[in-house]
Parts: sequence; structure tokens; C-alpha cells
Amino acid sequence: MASAGPARAIVTRKLNLWYGTFQALFDVDLAVRAGIITSMIGPSGCGKSTFLRSINRINERLGYVRTTGSIEVMERDVYAPEVELLQVRKLVGMVFQRPNPLPLSIRDNILFGHRLHRGSQKVTRSREDEILESALTQVLLWDTVKDHLDRPAVDLSLEEQQKLCIARLLPVKPTVLLMDEPCSALDPKGTEAVEELIWELRGDYTILIVTHNMAQARRASEECIFMLLGRVIEHTATEDMFVAPVRQETADYIEGRYG
Amino acid sequence: MGVWNFRSGTLAMSGSPQDLGAQLDRRDLAWFVDKAVQALVFLGGVSAIVFILGIFVFITKEGFGFIAGRFDIVEFFGSTRWRPTSEQPTYGALALIVGTASVTGLAMLVAVPFSLGAAIYIGEFAQGRTREVLKILVELLAAIPSVVWGFIGLSIMNPLIIRLFDVPVGLNVLNSGFILGLMAAPIMTTIAEDSLKAVPDTYREAAEALGATRWQVIRRVVIPAARNGLVAAVLLGVGRGFGETMAVLMASGHSINLPTSVFDSVRALTATIAAELGETAVGSEHYRALFTLGIFLFVVTFIINLTADLVIRGIRKK
Repeated sequence: MASAGPARAIVTRKLNLWYGTFQALFDVDLAVRAGIITSMIGPSGCGKSTFLRSINRINERLGYVRTTGSIEVMERDVYAPEVELLQVRKLVGMVFQRPNPLPLSIRDNILFGHRLHRGSQKVTRSREDEILESALTQVLLWDTVKDHLDRPAVDLSLEEQQKLCIARLLPVKPTVLLMDEPCSALDPKGTEAVEELIWELRGDYTILIVTHNMAQARRASEECIFMLLGRVIEHTATEDMFVAPVRQETADYIEGRYG
Repeated sequence: MGVWNFRSGTLAMSGSPQDLGAQLDRRDLAWFVDKAVQALVFLGGVSAIVFILGIFVFITKEGFGFIAGRFDIVEFFGSTRWRPTSEQPTYGALALIVGTASVTGLAMLVAVPFSLGAAIYIGEFAQGRTREVLKILVELLAAIPSVVWGFIGLSIMNPLIIRLFDVPVGLNVLNSGFILGLMAAPIMTTIAEDSLKAVPDTYREAAEALGATRWQVIRRVVIPAARNGLVAAVLLGVGRGFGETMAVLMASGHSINLPTSVFDSVRALTATIAAELGETAVGSEHYRALFTLGIFLFVVTFIINLTADLVIRGIRKK
């Protein structure tokens, strides 16, 4: 998938964003490579989540957000007037900080997105079962839940819920996966399991992951972006950033001098 | 009297140990205020229970003389002859029960789409000031006295129905059902909107991030999640319809009749009690028969409200 598409999955140019009168992003120019995992680090309130949430335009739910500049996903400007929001959401999947399974069964959660986008096209039960199994297998959850697919998804453990939230994106066939601190609600064991899963998914998807946890960024990403006060300070290969940061602010943050 | 020193774990004394010990049973004003308020609140809470039991005992006592004596269950529920003032009085309440049920049924046909639509609009679509103004207006609508609604039925709906449908009488099931539906809609809207608001926003966000449209979010996520509250809203509306008296009395035509169409006049249980109770001698058979209607109404509305309450509790548990 990645080899056929453009080398850059997400490109932003002069992206500025305001919440009301408060400016949260300043001239963000970023190019996220397709097919790899890129992590975003930085202290709280530095604009990482804001940046992430403006890519699939989920920020717009707030109603008082204004942006200038452009965000291109797979070489299309997602803020262009003719762009359909639903198609953006289909192309760009999102995993939230707290696992947010819908109040439905495990089966209906996984098939939710798929059912939204197949339109009036009829899909047989056995085809649905295939989709279900493949999505749950990819997130290493199939063996755990295959015998109670009709149980409410909220009964699962937080780790399983977060895996389910990743799994339900897959039948929609997104190209980009945005993850907003996907492990922050999990215990260390759950974190490890979800990280492993994210690592498994790289290559098939372009993954942009926001994290507070620098060890996680270091372990689980190939490129790393450091943000501070709404600006991108540094964007390099993860190993370079943690071994030899170019900017002083990056070095200070990584060494724990603030943040 | 003493200052606790956290570091050393000792009490720095400002008086002799005996003085401090003597203070332990001291009651100041705050203590008395606290006791008094507790007693008052307890009285307030208990009085609700006392009153509802009192009402139940009262109407049961008044109606029981009839149930134990003249009451014939087959006649009461099976006959349409409500002739309490005839030479040989008969007490068939079937027409009254059907009257109440048909008016309430039509009212729900009007109120359910109206109130759910309004609740969804206010809760999910309206923003900022529009939303606040609408909520206030809906609450104002709930405060309109029922006699005013009855007046609208009598003076506006009546001629309108006669003209529109070319029927001889405009005071009928259609008129009173429509009026009652409009009356019940505000409270149903408020409760339904509350239950929509109780749906966590993370559900909406999750569905939207998956590419759901506004309507898909509402239909597939919000409404199923708020289902219990919506059912409760409808049930409370039904309870309201069952118990409403004045508007139904004025708009239904008040004639004993098994309706065969919405253009037939009917008489409701509540309206019968309201219209006849003042004409009866206290303690007479007729008087007691009216109280039996009261018991029936009480039991039905009690069951409806209790069901609604249990359904609402069901949401909280989840």
C-alpha cells in the first residue's frame, strides 16, 4: 500500500490554528512519511493533540476553531471546499486517549464503520463474519473475544477496549491512523501489548502517534517530532533525536529539564 | 484550644489538660441548627410518603363501599352504560375507559414525533443561544394551564375541525387527542432531551471520527444509548394523558360513547369524576362509584409512573 502511494502521507504548510482568540498552532510545516510510525512529543499544551485532531478535522466539532494554511493527506488538501468530510474521516482513522467503544456489542463496534460506508450495498452475514475475524485477528484480540462477540464492548478490559477501537478502524480501510496518547489510560502491561500491536500495523498504514511517554516514542516510532508552544522544533529520525538532538529545547525536554 | 504539630505529632496546649477535657461536651449554636435542619428535612421527606399513602387510603375508603357492595366487575369493565342517576342505576365504565384510552392514544401519536423531534433538535443540532431560548420556551409551554388548552380546543379547534372535515361536531377524539398531545409534548421533550444529553460526548466523537453523518450518529449511537430515557419520557406522557381532566372535559364532547372514528365524541374517566362529583350526595352509591373510577385511575397512573421510574433507574445503573 505504502509503496504505491506518495512518499509523504501528510504534508502541512503554514498551518495556523486558533481556538477562539487563542492561537494553538504557529506556522506548522510538516511532512510525515508514508508507511512508517511517526511520534509526536512535547510538553502538555504544546499543540500535539491539536495538530493531530486537525488532520481528520475532528477539531471542527468544537465550532470555534479557525485554521489557515493547508493540510494535505495523500496529496489532497483536506480543507479544500469541495472535500467531503466523511471521506476524510474514512481515509484517516483515529484512536483516542481513552478507549471509546460505542455502547454496542463487540461485533457491532467492529462493523460500525464498515456499515456506514458500504451504502446500500448488501453484505452477507458470512462476509461480515470474515471482516470481523480479520479485523480482530489483526489486533490480536480474536482468540480472546471470538466466543462472546455479542457481549457489550464496554465489558472488556481497557487494554482490550483500546485494541477494539483500533480494530474497528481497519474494515473502513484507512490510509492514515492518528493515535492520541493511545496508551495513557492503560497499565504497563496493556501499554506494551498495544504498542506491540501498533508496531505490527506499520507498513500497512501511516501512523502518527502523540505520546507523553518519551520511552514509548523512542521504542515505538521511526521518526519523531518535537513540538513546543504550538511550533515544531525538531523533526528527525527517532534515534537521532534521542541520541543527538539538534536544538537546545529538544535536548532540555528529552533530558527532563521541563515538561 | 490546642494546635496540632504535624512534624512532632504533639498537641501544643494553650490551657491545662483539665480545661480541654471539660470542653468536650460543649454544644454550640451550629449543633442546634444542624439538628433543627435535619428534623425539618426529615419531615419534608416523610411528608411525601405520608401524603401519597393518605390519598390512597382516602380514595380506597370512599370507593371501597361501592366495590364491596353494588360493584359488578363484569358490568364495570364490560358495559358501556354509565347511568348513575337512572331509576335503576348502572355503572358500566367501559365507554369511559375506552374514551380515556383513545384520547391518550391519539395524543401519543401527536406527542411522540413532536417531542422526540424537538428533543433531538434541541439536544443535538441547536447551538448556543437558539438552544437556550428553545429550552426556556418548551418549559414555558409546559406551564400553560390545562383550562387554557381546553379553551383552545373549544374555541379554535372545534370550528376548525367542523370546517376542515365537514363533520357536525368538532368536540371529539381528534380535538381532545390533539390538544392533549400538545400538552404532553413539552414535558416529554424535556425528559427526552435530558436523556440525550446524558449520552457521553465521546460516543458521538467516536462515531464521527469513523465517518458517520450527523443523522447516523443520532440514529445508530445516541438514540440507542438514550433508549431508556426516551421510553420513560413517552410513559410519563402517557401518564399525563391519562390523568388530564380539564382540557379533555372541554374538548372531547363529554358524551358516553364507544368511538368508532376520531370524529366521535367521547367521555374520559377523569372528566366524569370532575363533572359528576359535585352533583352527588357524599356517601351515596354514585359518589362511591366515582371514587372507584378514581381508584382505577390511580392504579393505572401509578403503574405507568412506576414503570417509567424503573426504566429511568435502568439507565443510571448502566
